[in-house]
Amino acid sequence: MIGIVVFPGSNCDADTYHAVRDVLGRAAAYVWHQETSLDGLDAVVLPGGFAYGDYLRAGAIAATSPVMRAVRAYAAAGRPVLGICNGFQVLVETRLLPGALLPNVSGEFRCRHVYIRVERTDTPFTCALREGDVLRIPIAHGEGRYYADPAMLASLRRDRQVAFRYCDADGHLTEAANPNGAVDNIAGVAAVSGTVLGLMPHPERASEEIVGSADGLRIFESLAQWLEGRRASAGAAVRPAQDGAAASAGAEVR
Amino acid sequence: MGGPAGGAKTAMTRTVRVTVALKPGVLDAQGQAIHKGLGALGYTGVRAVRAGRYFELEVEDGPDLDARVRAMCEGLLANTLIEDFRFEVAG
Repeated sequence: MIGIVVFPGSNCDADTYHAVRDVLGRAAAYVWHQETSLDGLDAVVLPGGFAYGDYLRAGAIAATSPVMRAVRAYAAAGRPVLGICNGFQVLVETRLLPGALLPNVSGEFRCRHVYIRVERTDTPFTCALREGDVLRIPIAHGEGRYYADPAMLASLRRDRQVAFRYCDADGHLTEAANPNGAVDNIAGVAAVSGTVLGLMPHPERASEEIVGSADGLRIFESLAQWLEGRRASAGAAVRPAQDGAAASAGAEVR
Repeated sequence: MGGPAGGAKTAMTRTVRVTVALKPGVLDAQGQAIHKGLGALGYTGVRAVRAGRYFELEVEDGPDLDARVRAMCEGLLANTLIEDFRFEVAG
């Protein structure tokens, strides 16, 4: 079951639910912002929108909500958390991810398809991708300019926390390909562990060819693959003990 | 500043004025747009504009007032990665 958090002002929750349930084919559930437990969820997605009207700063009030206290604990336990657009803003305001998201350098709301390059693949949201893959996914934000000061940027690079960078169609990192003035063309970052990831582009809006691109689905497919892998390895961890018990039982008989 | 005589418990509140603005090194797109707007209206001689936010808090007084306000600024009113804050206690 994949949980999709709904804040007052979320507006991509239904799109995300559709992408997870109808396109990916996984069970999905809405999680209201007053919820204090995330028990039973295999992953949590914070969708796009304007949570709490984006009062004060984008994501700032949402970061104080009851569900985010639960998300903090959930993330601390190593469970997967994905923040999309406003969800990414909530994750940085909650300090589950480093950095900040500032108003676009153009001063304009930007709504168009962009290209992003995959920079890290050992996360639950990128494990079905290859480093250097280029995805075509739409953005729709006024405050998406990723910011980290020089010291933080150095640590992000050292710890491989940059998950996606804005690029051109061929994967080159150019200034023209950067839609908001993000430092180092950063479109998405991950926690050091990789299990918490946020990105400004909207993969749920690029999950079917009929809407112009299905590249975003690969991010959800990564999550499905990662969850399957976890289930398989949990099964494998149990099996040797059983085999061992069977073997020793067999030895006794002999 | 004397409290009410006889030790009656009256919660005195103070008005705290908080100003938050982007740190000097952080590009202020809003300030730049306002700067251009001033120019478009014919106001010359403006070298730069920095935009920010202003809050007035009515806060219960106490010896730890400054520390409490500072914590509120750092915890919510400002994002100290990108913003500076200052406050003054009035009246």
